[in-house]
Amino acid sequence: MTYLVTQTLNGLFSAALLFLMASGLTLVFGVMRIANIAHGSFYMLGVYVASRIITRTGSLVVGALVAVVTVAAVGFGMQRLFLRRFASRPLAQMMMTMGFALLFRDAAFMIWGGDPFTLAYPAALGGSIQAGDIVFPVYRLFVIFVAALVGAVLWALNEKTLIGAKLRAAVDDPEMAAAIGINVALVSALVFAAGAGLAAFGGVMGGPIVGGYPGMDVDLLPLAFVVVIIGGMGSLKGAMVGAVVVGLIDNFGKALVPELSYFTLFAPMIIVLALKPTGLYGRG
Amino acid sequence: MAGGKVLAAAMLAAALLIAGPAFLSSYWVGLLTQVLIFAILAMSLDILLGYTGLPSLGHAGIFGVAAYTVAVFSTAHDVGFWGCVIGGIVVGTLLSAALGLLVSHVRDVYFLMMTLALGMVLWGVSYRWIPVTGGDNGISGIPRLEAHAGLPMAGPVPFYYVTLSIFAVCGALMALLVSSPFGFTLRGIRENESRMKSLGFNTWLHCYLSYVTSGAFASVSGVLWAYYNGFVSPTYLDLTASSELFLMVTLGGPGTLAGPVLGAGAIVLLKNVISAYTQRWLFILGTVYIVTIFCAPQGLWNLWNSPRRRASSRT
Repeated sequence: MTYLVTQTLNGLFSAALLFLMASGLTLVFGVMRIANIAHGSFYMLGVYVASRIITRTGSLVVGALVAVVTVAAVGFGMQRLFLRRFASRPLAQMMMTMGFALLFRDAAFMIWGGDPFTLAYPAALGGSIQAGDIVFPVYRLFVIFVAALVGAVLWALNEKTLIGAKLRAAVDDPEMAAAIGINVALVSALVFAAGAGLAAFGGVMGGPIVGGYPGMDVDLLPLAFVVVIIGGMGSLKGAMVGAVVVGLIDNFGKALVPELSYFTLFAPMIIVLALKPTGLYGRG
Repeated sequence: MAGGKVLAAAMLAAALLIAGPAFLSSYWVGLLTQVLIFAILAMSLDILLGYTGLPSLGHAGIFGVAAYTVAVFSTAHDVGFWGCVIGGIVVGTLLSAALGLLVSHVRDVYFLMMTLALGMVLWGVSYRWIPVTGGDNGISGIPRLEAHAGLPMAGPVPFYYVTLSIFAVCGALMALLVSSPFGFTLRGIRENESRMKSLGFNTWLHCYLSYVTSGAFASVSGVLWAYYNGFVSPTYLDLTASSELFLMVTLGGPGTLAGPVLGAGAIVLLKNVISAYTQRWLFILGTVYIVTIFCAPQGLWNLWNSPRRRASSRT
């Protein structure tokens, strides 16, 4: 029982990180119709930038803020200067993101070297809490909570605000949206930047536990893709549900059959796609 | 394109490839062998990417599984030469037959994401299934092809000619395939799937067969690579490997068979030459990617060969 609860909480922690990444991925797909292969790089850049800031200032909050803003700016520039030129040519855009993924990985290696590191726990969230014989680190619970909060904010932004309405219009019918005066190109760039920022935020949140290491960009990327495929591309709710499903399965899979850890993701993907090819909440 | 010119160019290329080892040092013969192996792989990907319009980002996975099969069979189970060769091709082909069932009904970006995820699953298996694959260390000690097959001679030159003949056979088969009615159906699906459907074509089956065929040729190339390299490790099937491969096709010219050969040559030579001077291969690869999309979105081959460039990239 204890084992089950602990593993479930661990799974939810992975789900929280996955959600931060997949939500950006799915939103970018919604407006631009591309899978951003450089998304894992944003996650990686997030934790690397944060770690440099934290060693200078000693504050996780400042580190997280600077990382999110920096990476979002990188994403914005990448979309405006490069991807936008190839609007309506998704394959060219995806290849571009692939090129950037390679550039970012090598640049991170060049600038920061190849040593793995973890961020320090924030002092207030260091310990663990105990309920019965279940002991669980506070920080992991905190991350689960933060991700849920981010999910709620994103949902509210998307459903309840003017920006969200414009975004949904751009997703549904870019041409009509442009015709009634919505700057679709700008919306795309902002969503791309927000997605980059969210991924970076995920990197920072995972920083004290997962840390940063060369190759982390492609470690989580396929998982995030599976989340988006299961949840349905373009759907925020799908990203949430998909993240929980994948987080739990990946975690139990790793605990029970470590040799086949990636393999265990296969099953849910096959089942979902067999029943609903567009994913759980995707629109056909 | 004028048929005569193409024929002349092909003859010249063939003559150069056949006579090559007479002029080249064994280092360059080895490099040329590598180019040919990757050329088979890149052509096989082009059946999917260029002809059917299905962007696979997990193709290195199938190549890698075939290579691993040869490695496991020959080192752990002492299987003979033909057992390894046929085993590698059969396992790779069966794998693509299984994965094809999952991906043949999706298109475009969905296809790309699913193949990427499946490719990473294969990478994960090679990396974590340590008792069989040796994990990160990979498997070394694959016998030399010449010795394993019992050829009377050894060294890079005989291996080169073996590879060259397999390259010629595979290239010819793929050329037949893409110019057959089947190949034209694939192009039809690339251009307009719903029209092909309404004309009565079973587009799912065509995509599936395209995927399996492509996987079979990728397996051939994987088997050759295992023998060429004598060593397999997870790096040969990771995302970087798949994206290198993707670039070979797009840089060379998707939708042609000569293009991927050109692309494979360019990337393999660039990689080997540049590695002698700098560690920054990924950086260069990324840059080549971006420059290609800006300057030659239809690939080098199409840049030279079709003045009336096709309407720019479809997905």
